[in-house]
Amino acid sequence: MILSNTDSVPGRPIVEFYGVVTGSTVRAKHIGRDIMAGLKNIVGGELKGYTELLSEARQEALERMVAQAQSMGANAVVNVRFATSSISQGAAELFAYGTAVKVQ
Amino acid sequence: METTTDAGAFEAVLVLLQLAFPILLLVATYFIGHAVERNHYKSLMARESVLRAMPALTFRTLPRGWKPARSTMVAGSVVISLDYFKRFLAGLRSIVGGRVKSYETLLDRARREALLRMKEQANRAGCDTVIGVRLETSRLANGSRDGKGTAGVEVLAYGTGIKLVR
Repeated sequence: MILSNTDSVPGRPIVEFYGVVTGSTVRAKHIGRDIMAGLKNIVGGELKGYTELLSEARQEALERMVAQAQSMGANAVVNVRFATSSISQGAAELFAYGTAVKVQ
Repeated sequence: METTTDAGAFEAVLVLLQLAFPILLLVATYFIGHAVERNHYKSLMARESVLRAMPALTFRTLPRGWKPARSTMVAGSVVISLDYFKRFLAGLRSIVGGRVKSYETLLDRARREALLRMKEQANRAGCDTVIGVRLETSRLANGSRDGKGTAGVEVLAYGTGIKLVR
């Protein structure tokens, strides 16, 4: 599966369009990481626990999007975009969407 | 008689501690925060100079004449927060208004770090350039203060890494 966040896969023309595919996941932070991040918040700097949590969640959203594209018979997803929205305190939705296509 | 003066002294010490703790924390985080920021900028500059030969473009198509061999999506993200002292300063600043310098440098560091991580991933994947770069910033709310406090900002940088035909 080829992913691209531009209108096309560079160098490979699109031969068929399948439509929008989406993938999302809602994650809550766990308390151990929260306490560590709270302490780190006093001295400043990178909150590694949160960085990892968000990138893992985003990866899962991407994988769900890819699975949907595969089930349609696509071999690439173009114009991939990410969106983040905080649903409630301590939980966030990570969302990925794009257009499933077939490229040469 | 003796016990009451003891209790009075104890209370005085308690009040002093209550006042001293935030002040000590401010002084300590002033020095620690500055060191953290200085080290981060140092590491950013060193890593940026290594990857200077790899351009990251916001164009959606490759510049004319560049021949792509293969492409892959790359991303980099970071969650970063201010120290206690700088947050205190920013709070004061919001009374009189104007430039909040401590948040400016925080966002600058976050964006540069996210872009660097994206480029480093592209570099590991053997790419020569990244096109269609997008930057996204989101605030992580802090639950302990009615969601008004800021736990940190997340910056995500993503794009399409391209390996060129040589």
